[in-house]
Amino acid sequence: MNFLKRTIPLAIAFIMGVMMAFQYYVPHEISQSLLKVVSRWGITIGGFAVFLGAYSLFHLHMTKIRRKLPGWGYSIFVFLGAGITIIFGLYNGGEFFWNDKQEGTMFEWMYFNVQVPAGATMFSILAFFMASAAYRTFKARTNEATILLIAAIIVMLGRVPIGTMISQYFPIVADWIMSVPNMAAKRGILIGVSIGAIATSLKIIFGIERAYLGGGD
Amino acid sequence: MIERLINIDRRFIFLLVAMAVTIPLLAKFNLPVRATKDVESIYYKIDSLPKNSHILIAFDYDPASKEELQPMADALLHHCYRKDIKVVGMTLNPGGTGLAVSAIESIGKEYGKTKGTDFVFLGYKTGVELVMINMGENIFSAFPEDFHGNATIDLPVLNGIDSLEDFDYVVDLASGSSIEAWIAFGKEKYGFDLGAGCTAVIGPDMYPFLQSKQLNGLMSGLRGAAEYEILIDRESTAVAGMSPQSVVHVLVVLFVLFGNTMYFMSKRKR
Repeated sequence: MNFLKRTIPLAIAFIMGVMMAFQYYVPHEISQSLLKVVSRWGITIGGFAVFLGAYSLFHLHMTKIRRKLPGWGYSIFVFLGAGITIIFGLYNGGEFFWNDKQEGTMFEWMYFNVQVPAGATMFSILAFFMASAAYRTFKARTNEATILLIAAIIVMLGRVPIGTMISQYFPIVADWIMSVPNMAAKRGILIGVSIGAIATSLKIIFGIERAYLGGGD
Repeated sequence: MIERLINIDRRFIFLLVAMAVTIPLLAKFNLPVRATKDVESIYYKIDSLPKNSHILIAFDYDPASKEELQPMADALLHHCYRKDIKVVGMTLNPGGTGLAVSAIESIGKEYGKTKGTDFVFLGYKTGVELVMINMGENIFSAFPEDFHGNATIDLPVLNGIDSLEDFDYVVDLASGSSIEAWIAFGKEKYGFDLGAGCTAVIGPDMYPFLQSKQLNGLMSGLRGAAEYEILIDRESTAVAGMSPQSVVHVLVVLFVLFGNTMYFMSKRKR
């Protein structure tokens, strides 16, 4: 059992990891065909992730409803929303899902009249919370906080047309902040994250990192 | 008094923000928008493409980011159709299909363009990086059918296109981390020119790629969209959105300054 659960997955991860890493540097036709096949496998396997995601979502909310956990009423809307959307998606305007996608269906109507405005509303609410948070928490308590605060004010004014009307220097200084100190910090983070990703990939390929196998080790 | 001002009811702040958004929209005043070089780079790249060139636009966003990214998509499409450039659309975000197809087709109709001949929407495919690699190897293998179920191999719009490297320009409109994936698994591997549009929140993360020339240009947030609208001489929702955005930015700055003044006054009092 241990052979099937551990050894085989570790061997697959090692062989595929090493093979695909070398593949990148080999422009031969066989190497390119391999890439094409493996990427198609990946896309196919990725498609199945939707079932895992749906199962996980429904299981979580079903548990919330069954145990009457705080906010369980909202979980009902998860089932209602997902259920109605899936039904109309599969119904496909009377042509059903095995035919090509139809136009002007109820599914489309729901997308444009429920999902689009709901999504935009959720995003726009951020402006209200940001304004409230800026007033309450954005304080010059330390030297670092003061620098951040000044930079934020300059960038906020420099990135909108009214900033140019206040002073022509706002956009110039804002651009400098974005393309010099901001970029230096972002590049540092990016390099750190990338090195971390390479290290994790190597750990997975060589079987040091085994969390993906499940079972807690 | 100071303590009361510090702990002001947040609904009062919300009300001021709501007024700062609605009044400029109702008053309909436009502020002058100046195009920056990052946005101009995308504009000039598209403008320099000859007739019947191919552009790939990846609509990698969903309705939550529509207000920032859809005006960019609209402006890009107007520019491409005006220049008789063949548009190929796709998305790596399942929520983006409806927005993408409506923009590509409705704007195409305005210019008398034909579906399948002048533009095509390939639809959504799961896998992000794997889709890019698959498209880089063979676009017909990655998308055997378009969004409407037509065989892509038969579409005249894809004549001369076999893989990603055949595109004259690729633009990714993203609300997530897809731009980095397009750089690593698309541009660097298959060597095409890449431009990007993103939400204002992601914008700062993209500056290293601009400096390294891995992105030839960047439209960031509603401001980026407004700049593009100015460049194509077609002022629309993004330019109209600049006045409420400006007023809200000033309001937030005033909140920060006022909040800090109250903070220091209360500190001195203690």
